[in-house]
Amino acid sequence: MNRPSGHANQDPELLRRLLRAKDRMDAGSHEEWTVRRLARVSGVCEAHFARSFKEAFGVPPHRYLLTRRLERAKALLRDTDLSITEIAFQTGWKSLGTFGRTFRDVTGESPGELRAREKAAPHEFECVPACFLSAAHRPNLTIAVSEKRRQDADGMNGSEETEVP
Amino acid sequence: MSQSQGVGVVGLYVRDQDEAVQFYVEKLGFRIHTDARNGDYRWLTVQHPDQPSFQLGLFRPESPMLDAATTQSVREIVAKGAMPPLVLIVDDCRAAYDRMRARGVEFTQEPVDRYGTVDAGFRDPSGNGWKMIEARR
Repeated sequence: MNRPSGHANQDPELLRRLLRAKDRMDAGSHEEWTVRRLARVSGVCEAHFARSFKEAFGVPPHRYLLTRRLERAKALLRDTDLSITEIAFQTGWKSLGTFGRTFRDVTGESPGELRAREKAAPHEFECVPACFLSAAHRPNLTIAVSEKRRQDADGMNGSEETEVP
Repeated sequence: MSQSQGVGVVGLYVRDQDEAVQFYVEKLGFRIHTDARNGDYRWLTVQHPDQPSFQLGLFRPESPMLDAATTQSVREIVAKGAMPPLVLIVDDCRAAYDRMRARGVEFTQEPVDRYGTVDAGFRDPSGNGWKMIEARR
């Protein structure tokens, strides 16, 4: 079968329970989500949780949480007048500096720049349920933020797409 | 508008049809429209009481329609919540949330006021995800 190498069948019952951990992060991405807490939601032992989650959803749980936080921050920047500091804390960051740096590294622009651009652009999405639209704008973070930083740095003097070693 | 043309059945994949009946009929208030068995195969559709022209099929991924590997893949996809979005329209989202929650429906999102309406999210036991949106008045 033509499947990505390393893909093994996963038990659907396990996947359904892992989905519960993903749903809980979706519902409360501003909360602290330790592996221990997520493992408990899924009824999986802590030692296996992160690997099972990554196998199921393609990204490690902490990186998934990061994309959800950034997605929410983007929505708040676009749809509210909350200050960037308020948005950082409401979306689960403990420091404004980390928020700003991560946001820029992943999306390529600062929170302030995104807000200015979004406010200037016309919107034609009124008929799409808000949640689906939001998911469609989720950052597609297929590599670690640190790796993305490295690649972006390399990209300045090399090819656009760097093969991950 | 004539009711003789249009979409009649849209199917979901579920992991267990008895469990799905219990969920959609007892917890959500749908009615069984057709429940026909032929050997191991079971054609099962339910209907929203206010929507007689539409049936929601509750089908099991299985042979001989699907080969074993495809059956496994489909089961995984459903359990991962990767099937497309479903939307249920209700008159009163908060009341429906309270009622369904008391019956044990697994909500993924509490009712939220936004864009001039209220929406909530839940899943069926198999992993199919629903948005429940209050009809705009």
